[in-house]
Amino acid sequence: MLARRIVPCLDVKEGRVVKGVKFVDLKDAGDPVELADFYNKEGADELVFLDITASHEQRETMVEVARRTAREVFIPFTVGGGIGTIDQIRNILKAGADKISLNTAAVENTDLIREGARIFGSQCIVIAIDARWNEQMEDWEVYTHGGRKGTGISALTWAARVESFGAGEILLTSMDADGGRDGYDIPLTRAISEKVSIPVIASGGAGKMEDFSRVLTEGKADAALAASVFHYRHFSIREVKEYLQQQGVEVRL
Amino acid sequence: MIAIIDYGMGNVTSVSNAFAYLGFETVLTHEPHVLDSCPALVLPGVGAFGSAVEELQHKGLFDYLNQRRKKDSFLLGICLGLQLLFDRSEEDPHSRGLTYFSDTLKRFSPGLKVPHMGWNRVYAGNDPLFEGIPRGSHFYFAHSFYAPPAVREECLLASCKYGVDFAAAVKLGNAYGVQFHPEKSGEIGLRMLLNFGRMVENAAYTGH
Repeated sequence: MLARRIVPCLDVKEGRVVKGVKFVDLKDAGDPVELADFYNKEGADELVFLDITASHEQRETMVEVARRTAREVFIPFTVGGGIGTIDQIRNILKAGADKISLNTAAVENTDLIREGARIFGSQCIVIAIDARWNEQMEDWEVYTHGGRKGTGISALTWAARVESFGAGEILLTSMDADGGRDGYDIPLTRAISEKVSIPVIASGGAGKMEDFSRVLTEGKADAALAASVFHYRHFSIREVKEYLQQQGVEVRL
Repeated sequence: MIAIIDYGMGNVTSVSNAFAYLGFETVLTHEPHVLDSCPALVLPGVGAFGSAVEELQHKGLFDYLNQRRKKDSFLLGICLGLQLLFDRSEEDPHSRGLTYFSDTLKRFSPGLKVPHMGWNRVYAGNDPLFEGIPRGSHFYFAHSFYAPPAVREECLLASCKYGVDFAAAVKLGNAYGVQFHPEKSGEIGLRMLLNFGRMVENAAYTGH
């Protein structure tokens, strides 16, 4: 049986991990490669690097991070954040990343999804969807620009469209749940996962180990992403996976 | 020296990184005279079956591989590289692969999440490629088409289940194909690549 995946996410700015990572046992917890290797050894199934570098000129640093990671860490990893052209996708993949994720650029230019999937294969094209419940729409609305801009597009409609354009996976972040540590957004995750037939990675809201098991069962997510619970050592990836196994969820241990 | 065949289909960086990490020398090439000097070839690849066949033909590699096959050199097809060892694929019904195996690759049925993406258990038989790897170990997969397990019995090396049983690894002579990505399957995957590299070295040493 296909195992459910646990995916730690690292925010990287100008080549350094940000957001207060508490690792006493690492020489340099700010080095994305060292942290990636640490999570790999702890049993992470995959890694996501989110580049939050503001300036265009500094973007090359992420290519270098991908290159160094691919030399030392032999599990799949995705690079996202600010990718907007086929050339950028090519550079990141050539450096050794397995997948890239597109967010704002995909909404603004759907050809990027089609072209990316055609040239590099669907399996490398992840579409990141940031969604928030909208009372008036009675639906989840897609946000772009790091969650600052509502698009008026239904997340369910968008998910189905990106699948039809050739996306291989959806990285779904609930803006309502994100940062709250009160659990993943189960209704949203389930609705999207039932809508599409490509894998869905749930993100936003992880606080307790039960949250992982709920989103992977009730929420029907194929993978669960989390950042702070792992960075702050609330529990380790191995602990989550052992817990999931006890709950009858298939994991790789 | 292990040659990684460069024909423009997808990410070869990780494969050469993994061999380098294990201490094996590799060369990335599509030049016949360089390939000739290598006792083992790796055929990687992601993307579509039909485009891969076209690229191989375009670079003269299709004929080269057919010639090379007669020498029974070591070959490791990874992911699409395994699929290219088959005759046809539902993905591009008009393209013909290298036809080590006469079977046709099928698409995973509706109702399953496709691509089959993530870690799944692989049940391998007794073969040096899987030495030291426990049966049922997880390997990383990312594919939408699969090789049916009906491959000639002696050629089916490992199986996996995703809705249906499918061939996770096949073998004919010294030609191997694996559907998963050993270069992305952590310690277990590295072990498999180490096994392959050692097989090649041992054969060279004994003057195979």
